[in-house]
Amino acid sequence: MNSKVVIIDYQLGNLFSVKQACEYLGYDAIISSNPEELLAADYAILPGVGAFNDSMKNLESFGLVKAIHQYINSGKPFMGVCLGLQLLLTESEEFGSTKGLNIIPGIVKKFPPDINHEFKVPQIQWNQIFEPSDGKWQNTALCVCKPGDYMYFVHSFYAQPDSEDYVLAKTTYGGTSYCSSVQRANVFATQFHPEKSGLHGVEIYKQWFDQNKK
Amino acid sequence: MKFNRIIARLDIKGPNLVKGIHLEGLRVLGKPEDFAKYYYENGADELFYQDVVASLYERNSLHEIISSTAKKNFIPLTVGGGIRSIQDIREVLRAGADKVCINTAAIKSPQLIKEASLKFGSSTIVVAIEAIKQLDGKYFAFVDNGREETGREVFAWAKEVEELGAGEIVITSVDREGTGTGYDIELTKKIAMAVNIPVIAHGGPGKSEHISEVISDGHADAVAVASVIHYDFIAQQLSDMQNRTEGNISFLNSGRKQFGKIEPVSLRQIKQHLIQNHINTRP
Repeated sequence: MNSKVVIIDYQLGNLFSVKQACEYLGYDAIISSNPEELLAADYAILPGVGAFNDSMKNLESFGLVKAIHQYINSGKPFMGVCLGLQLLLTESEEFGSTKGLNIIPGIVKKFPPDINHEFKVPQIQWNQIFEPSDGKWQNTALCVCKPGDYMYFVHSFYAQPDSEDYVLAKTTYGGTSYCSSVQRANVFATQFHPEKSGLHGVEIYKQWFDQNKK
Repeated sequence: MKFNRIIARLDIKGPNLVKGIHLEGLRVLGKPEDFAKYYYENGADELFYQDVVASLYERNSLHEIISSTAKKNFIPLTVGGGIRSIQDIREVLRAGADKVCINTAAIKSPQLIKEASLKFGSSTIVVAIEAIKQLDGKYFAFVDNGREETGREVFAWAKEVEELGAGEIVITSVDREGTGTGYDIELTKKIAMAVNIPVIAHGGPGKSEHISEVISDGHADAVAVASVIHYDFIAQQLSDMQNRTEGNISFLNSGRKQFGKIEPVSLRQIKQHLIQNHINTRP
């Protein structure tokens, strides 16, 4: 396969498992912080674990903020995972307020504390994803999923897009029903980790690659 | 919804999966990769590798086992044992772990928890607390697999661990570990209600009822299971494994199907039991 897959490296988070999932599907992904390499990619993935503000600072310092916008404007497929979804929004509540990439208008909020100590923060568990309206998953990477499928989540913050149009999946934790996947044109992202959700999760990557073949 | 996690815990010494009692007296059970694959295919929510001699010898040598596991098993992998610095954490993550578990180094220098959680994200940093109940009923934290006392009372230490930024706590009852007499419910409940981060109960399950009990009565957010599932796998694989293991295999070769107080049970059976008892878990 000659497609060029770039996993965006901004010195935070675990890139290894995303690369493993790509390799399993026959794609030899490059881990890179180089804006030029990103712009030359056929597929780009923005993973991430860690703090929102540090991530934005690092993306900025590598010149990746501008490059990500340029890449997305070119119409090529872009996928965010976990923090990589949250960074797509306008801003995060973390540490007061931090500006995000503003590709999906909306904010990133923290799960409220649970006085009964049942719904701990971070949420670390397999949880279910649901389709916000019938047929929404058709022709998306989630077309291989059924409402109620289990995916692996690790996060303290969640995205709240202004428009329901961009909400591709919903999940409930405690009293919070939140957006667990987004899609806007060529931009797709999941709050859960498909690469850590068994072979069923890896199938989501496969769909994303297949649907975006040139 | 909340779905309680069932975590397959594998104690590793050199190239072997081992299991002891009270974290001591280790028996060789087989190759960790074989067990991990079986648990991955049979519904484990996570894998947890612990290098049981690493902190004693001040080394961690699991990198190859971590890499080969992470390449084939698409579920989260936590790795503990002998992690003393930011550099150690980086190397274990680079080898393919998703989370790291720290005990001895966390107690010796609590600032490591803070620094590591800022650098790698809270959800990457798990702190293990090994508790031993004292004659007066108090629980104290130990290190080096229950060998060395720290003088820290466990509940105060758990709160401090949370404040320093850890994302999860594994609470081990050294008294119960490997015995099959059940988790320490009192200990687990006190920790789970003291902190707002997830708590993983570890040490003692001998049957499915012990697991449902520590979730419903002990308020554990997740459970680590070892002997019960290892012995189940062994019972099925016994003849095949005798040819492939190095080390102390007399236990395996004895071919016994009885394991003291431990009733071997598969991950699927554990999950069925939980669901029948109205405890949510990923089926």
